[in-house]
Amino acid sequence: MSIEAKNENKEFKPLIVAFCCNWCSYAGADLAGSSRLAYPADVKIIRVPCSCRVNPLFILRAFQKGADGVILCGCHPGDCHYSTGNYYARRRMTLLFSMLDYLGVENGRTRVEWVSAAEGVKFSQTMNEFVEKIYSLGENVRLEDLRCKKN
Amino acid sequence: MQEELIRRAKELLGDGTVVRVMGWRKGDLSFNPEPALFETEESLAEFVYDGFCGANLSKYMIKLSKLEGKTLVFLKPCDTYSFNQLVKEHRVDREKAYIIGVGCDGSLDVDAMKEKGAKGIQEITEDGDTVTVRAIYGDKTFDREDVILERCRACKGGAHMVYDELASNADEEKPARDGRFSLVEKIEVMDPKERFAFWQNELSRCIRCNACRNVCPACSCIKCVFDNDRYDTAQKANADTFEEQMFHIIRAFHVAGRCTDCGECSRVCPEHIPLHLLNRKFIKDINTFYGDYQAGADTDSRAPLTNFTTEDVEPSIVQERG
Amino acid sequence: MQRIGVFVCHCGTNIAGTVDVKRVVEAVKKEPGVVYAEDYQYMCSEAGQQKIADAVKNEHLTGIVICSCSPRMHEGTFRKAAEKAGLNPYLVEIANIREQCSWIHKDMEEGTEKAVILARAAIAKVMLNAPLQPGESRVVKRALVIGGGIAGIQTALDIADAGYEVDIVEKTPSIGGRMSQLDKTFPTLDCSSCILTPKMGEVNAHEKINIYTYSEVEKVSGFVGDFSVDIRKKARYVDMDKCTGCGLCQEKCPSRKTPNEFNRGLNTRPAIYTPFAQAVPNVPVIDTEACIKFKTGKCGVCSKVCAAGAIDYTQKDEIITREYGAIVVATGFDTINLDKFDEYYYNQSKDVITALELERLMNAAGPTGGNVVRLSNGEHPKNIVFIQCVGSRDVTCRGKSYCSKICCMYTAKQAMLLKDHYPDVDVHVFYIDVRTPGKNFDEFYRRAVEEYDVDYIKGQVGKVSEAENGRLLVQGVDLIDNRQIKMEADLVVLATAIEPNKDVRKIATMLTASIDNNNFLTEAHPKLRPVESPTAGIFLSGVCQGPKDIPETVAQAGAAAIKVVGLLAKDKLVTNPCTAQSNPLFCNGCSACEKVCPYGAISYEEQQVMDGGVRENRRVAVVNSALCQGCGACTVACPSGAMDLKGFSNRQILAEVDAICR
Repeated sequence: MSIEAKNENKEFKPLIVAFCCNWCSYAGADLAGSSRLAYPADVKIIRVPCSCRVNPLFILRAFQKGADGVILCGCHPGDCHYSTGNYYARRRMTLLFSMLDYLGVENGRTRVEWVSAAEGVKFSQTMNEFVEKIYSLGENVRLEDLRCKKN
Repeated sequence: MQEELIRRAKELLGDGTVVRVMGWRKGDLSFNPEPALFETEESLAEFVYDGFCGANLSKYMIKLSKLEGKTLVFLKPCDTYSFNQLVKEHRVDREKAYIIGVGCDGSLDVDAMKEKGAKGIQEITEDGDTVTVRAIYGDKTFDREDVILERCRACKGGAHMVYDELASNADEEKPARDGRFSLVEKIEVMDPKERFAFWQNELSRCIRCNACRNVCPACSCIKCVFDNDRYDTAQKANADTFEEQMFHIIRAFHVAGRCTDCGECSRVCPEHIPLHLLNRKFIKDINTFYGDYQAGADTDSRAPLTNFTTEDVEPSIVQERG
Repeated sequence: MQRIGVFVCHCGTNIAGTVDVKRVVEAVKKEPGVVYAEDYQYMCSEAGQQKIADAVKNEHLTGIVICSCSPRMHEGTFRKAAEKAGLNPYLVEIANIREQCSWIHKDMEEGTEKAVILARAAIAKVMLNAPLQPGESRVVKRALVIGGGIAGIQTALDIADAGYEVDIVEKTPSIGGRMSQLDKTFPTLDCSSCILTPKMGEVNAHEKINIYTYSEVEKVSGFVGDFSVDIRKKARYVDMDKCTGCGLCQEKCPSRKTPNEFNRGLNTRPAIYTPFAQAVPNVPVIDTEACIKFKTGKCGVCSKVCAAGAIDYTQKDEIITREYGAIVVATGFDTINLDKFDEYYYNQSKDVITALELERLMNAAGPTGGNVVRLSNGEHPKNIVFIQCVGSRDVTCRGKSYCSKICCMYTAKQAMLLKDHYPDVDVHVFYIDVRTPGKNFDEFYRRAVEEYDVDYIKGQVGKVSEAENGRLLVQGVDLIDNRQIKMEADLVVLATAIEPNKDVRKIATMLTASIDNNNFLTEAHPKLRPVESPTAGIFLSGVCQGPKDIPETVAQAGAAAIKVVGLLAKDKLVTNPCTAQSNPLFCNGCSACEKVCPYGAISYEEQQVMDGGVRENRRVAVVNSALCQGCGACTVACPSGAMDLKGFSNRQILAEVDAICR
């Protein structure tokens, strides 16, 4: 779809960024792919070595740039390829998501899900659910607007 | 009180215990003393200590730790938390500081006095629980309680976390006050749109003067991430507006688990943005999710964000609790 | 100026079926920095790789993006191709437009649009890639095998025969594992101990093999080539050097009521015991929970009768630390707990037994001396019913969704042996399917049906209960004849599902090896790397990876061994260059990064730093790149952004976010 066509068609197409750890969730996404378990094309995956590599900055950047939802997937607690990475990620994301909620970004727009390399089904289900949730929430506030009052 | 501190500072300079004194100096008005370094006994004539000495001096100790010899520094109870936190992060050297713990009855807020009708302030005198303002358009007397900074209404108590000696006005028994999170809770119960509007109303006033960052004892990076062009966020190196727009959120996250809630950010903000409510939100969440934690209460505990338990709550708690 | 080349793979129709590759090529050509783009049928083929090499040379490319399958599949292939063409292999990025695009989307429009965005993200990232040089790390020329069953034994022997030292750590007092409990083996019916015992002896005698029985792995640190492992040698209370293995202590021990684990609790054993006669080492252990001396302080019979003076009640657990280059997991299996399978009456009746218990009953060294009897009354059973798939292929939460794989064959074996020994018995087998893939397997099963007249009934048993005459009542269905079956039986044998050993989760966590939902260890690749864990330096042998029979286990054990040998034969390992790196100019020395590093790879040192013309001594973080595994935890803990991760830098990831959110 060209950009012009997109503008004409006002139908809401969400922009969703998924950060996936290389060892479990990215592999889970691959398994979803090789099992042909569909989920909407709105989801775009960024590969990171571990969920603990995801800096809150990356998520804020996505929201600043107009993302409607951001999801972080990592190995199940206890199964981190690097032993403890996802435990740190869990704390960081809990606090960040709570802060985003506090600032007025609906809490349904942020999610962490633990998906193992064997859980292609779960990956696909999670993405379907998340996309559905974002559709129900509609277009996001633009985080960048926090700094400029429009009235 | 001021005389006692000057006398003691002179003694310590005189006997060679310290080679300089970090304190406050009289400002150009009666309500704006400023942090100052004194290197001679004579210069201490300008030393001042009163209700307007809200400035937290612990951050100055980063640079002063690098100098030869000890520095005498005066720390109010809440300032000592910041000092400890800096010791913990290897930013100040405990051995390079001689700390006199001074007492504090709550820092005064000149804006509150102005709001309450004091116009053209010429002189302010403190007398226990009352504060008297001599002003061009009429004198005013206030209950001290009504004109202290918001941060002092949630005072952490009179105890100093670290000191070499205590001044005579130090009251280690003075209890902490409640209600630290009441303003945070007010925001939490709003709906998302109201919250966004609330913060938009506050943060849109920011003029990016960097006062909050520069005064913050936790924001002590040699080079701030926002000035680090390797991050692709430096405003001058990049036409991008990321730093500009996300500044306060990222700053709050960077000090999460390290912020002692000293309230300096809000005190210095020329636009009166309640920045400490961002930090307090993190503190409240940390206390709720991971157990009570006070940054700077000690120098060896693990900060909440460099720690974990296998049973930590999942991020979905943010949705579940509504 | 960057000169980026983009190569879009059709993957036959796998990608080209849902992504208009020509349009992707046209779209990426418009991206800044892209000077070359083309598509090809199979980018990973020789010809495809040649196209990349040619473009690198002819177009003087400074970075390449391959739009293809997952980087987990072919990143290595394309990096090598780049390297051959003279481009640093880390200047390659993959846009995953197969697994994460063409395979999950049906609409060509949607697929193409997404493929272009994924390509743009990869282009944005590769623009910021830096050439990286791998480092080197040492290889300790010794392997650890966890588990001393047939899998562990075979792996250890094969590694040791290649000339490398091997340690076996076995939790129980003897090596031998499940195979030592079996009577005969399919499809040749040779006696299990007759083929296993010589191997146990060989391991014991091998000068390159060290056996730590009654020992457990306690802690693992390090990484491929250089692991450090703490092994807990539990106190045996018997001196290994002094004991002659005469067995007198076991004979005289007055505490004799403990269920015999080796015989699956079908009889009892003394408090001081070796699990079975051919145990290696042939040195008993004292079970302190059963020992009267340990419980009351009185007794000491074993010490009195031991002529060698080997009994030592003061022995303590000992922890030894050993270094290894590679670790093989061979922790084997157990049968599942049957508490939730009340319909089979297992917990209620002594005459309902598991197939493994039947092995012990059939074994000449077993609790009944090889006589198969009803345990309730000691009589010979006349009518025997086998029930297949007890907990296997069971999608309810109480069972296992997978096929345990060995049951069809051992049931045929047990049925034939029973008919052979006791020609008067009737044997019935209730089954869902009979699965006999394997050399000479189907022939074996057919013999059971055709020569031995074993009655195979397709259908499941709904209930086993006690009949009034004291026999068992089996109620089931025959799906072929479509009738209800009610028959009396003297013995019911359950083909109980197998599951990985309970300890495997703990071990996997220590090894940071991944595990699936059923607790089987995950392979690095299900088809192409079946004996390696995704965690480098960890290898898989036997049932810990998935159900398998003895020949398959032995084959896999050998395969794991050759992988280990291949690793140990290297003098140095090339390390992952995607490690963390701290910029001393920005570092505050606050120690946040050090606290979150799982590898202890970060330390601090005083460094002289030139900052804006000022020379200053600062405490700064230093990363040991041989220890760093590149997780990136430190990069987020660092408030100043001094710490960054090569290959996944802050700028690179932000560029990807920007490209996607454009």
